[in-house]
Amino acid sequence: MSVRHALLALLSEGPKYGLQLREEFEARTGEVWPLNVGQVYTTLQRLERDGLVESDDAGPDGRERTPQKAFRITARGQTELAGWLRTPPDLSAPPRDELVMKVLVAMRVPGTDVHDVIQVHRRYLVELMQQWTRIKEAEAESDLGLALVVDAELFRLDSVIRWLDAAEGRIKRSAAEPLSEPSTATAPMVPRRRGSQTRQSAH
Amino acid sequence: MRHVSRTYGQDADEVHALTDVDLAVEAGSMVAVMGPSGSGKSTLLTIAGSLEEPRSGDVLIGGTPLAKMSRNAKARMRRRVIGYVFQDFNLLPGLTAAENVALPLELDGVSARKARLAGLKALDELGLGERAGNFPDQLSGGERQRVAIARAVAGDRRLLLADEPSGALDSANGEAVMRLIHAACKRGVAAVVVTHDAQLASWADRVVFLRDGRVTDRTAPLSGPEFLLSGEQSR
Repeated sequence: MSVRHALLALLSEGPKYGLQLREEFEARTGEVWPLNVGQVYTTLQRLERDGLVESDDAGPDGRERTPQKAFRITARGQTELAGWLRTPPDLSAPPRDELVMKVLVAMRVPGTDVHDVIQVHRRYLVELMQQWTRIKEAEAESDLGLALVVDAELFRLDSVIRWLDAAEGRIKRSAAEPLSEPSTATAPMVPRRRGSQTRQSAH
Repeated sequence: MRHVSRTYGQDADEVHALTDVDLAVEAGSMVAVMGPSGSGKSTLLTIAGSLEEPRSGDVLIGGTPLAKMSRNAKARMRRRVIGYVFQDFNLLPGLTAAENVALPLELDGVSARKARLAGLKALDELGLGERAGNFPDQLSGGERQRVAIARAVAGDRRLLLADEPSGALDSANGEAVMRLIHAACKRGVAAVVVTHDAQLASWADRVVFLRDGRVTDRTAPLSGPEFLLSGEQSR
C-alpha cells in the first residue's frame, strides 16, 4: 500500500519530523497497520524529489537548527493531496482472486467435495471475524480510527463469506437442475477465442 | 441438546429438520448458529426453547431434562427462565414500551408494581429509559428491537434465544443489538443466536454451522485478543 498520500495528509496539518509521521499514522489507524521507519523516509525522499514536500533542519517552528529534518508540504503537494482525495481509484479490473479460483477448480478436481472446500474457508473467515469483533468490542467505542479500520476489515471478510454462500447456493442449484440437450433450433453461432482473436460471446 | 433429531411429515414427505444435533451453551457465553435457509436453525431454536419437542434426543435446561418436566413446570420455565427474541419483534401495539416489557412478568404472577420496576430497569440498561412511555409505532426499528431484548432479559431470565435479532436493521443498529446481547452474557445470561449474518455471528464465543439439519462444523476456541495484532499464529 502506498503511504505517500497519508504522509501528505499528515503534513497538511503542519511541518513534522519523520518519526513523528510514523507515530501519528499508526495512532490514527488504530495501530492496525504498522509502518516501517525506512519506508517512511524513502517515501519522504520521493515526495521531495517530486516537489510535493520540502525539508530543512530548522525545527517545525522554523527557528532553531535541530539534528532531525522537518518536512513540510508544498503547494504542489496540497494540490496532489486534494486530487487524490477526490479521485476514485481504478477498480475496473477485478484482481485475480485465489479463493474464487479454488472454488472453480474444486468443482472439477476428482474426489474433491467443493462444499468441504467452501466450509473450510468459511470457518476460517468466521474465526478471523470473531477476533476482530473482540477487538472492536473492547476498544472501538473510544477510538474512531480503530473502529473504522476494523469495520473495513469485518466488511471485507464478510463479503467473502457472502460470496461463498452465494456460490454454494448456485452450485447446488446447478447440480440439481436436469441436464438439458443443447438446442439445435436458434442457437447463435458464437465465435470462440482462438489464439489471439478477441472472444465474442452472447450473455 | 444431545443427539436431538426432529422430523416433520411422514413417509415420502418426511423432512429431516434436525439430525443428531449436539449443542451446549454455558451461562455467560454466546453461541451463534449459522446456516442457510432450510438448514434447521429456527427448528433448533424452538426446540431449545421448549416450544417444540424433539423426535429423539434430550434437551436439558439448567441441568434438568425437559422431558421430565410437567407441562406447568415447562410453562413456568418458559416465562421465568427463557427470553425469546424473534425477528418480527412482536411488541403489542396497544402497550407502551414499559408495558410490553413488564407484560410477561405480570402474566407470570409478578405484582404489577414489581413487574413495572423490573421493566423500567431493563429498558434503562438498554438506554431506552426515556422511551418507556412510548408506543411501538413511535419507536424506530432499532428501538423496537431493543425493547424486545429488554423484554427477553427482564426479570433475570437466564437463557436468551434469538432468531436473526438484527433482522432488517442497519449495521449501526445491528451492532447495538449485539452489544446488548453480549452485555447480557457478561451478566451471566446464556445466549443462542441464530443468524445467516457472519458479522453478527462473530460476536459469539463459539459458532456452530448447520447444514441440512446437521452440525457440520464449529469454530475453534478463541485465543487472546492480541493474537491478530501481534502477527503470531498461535494455533
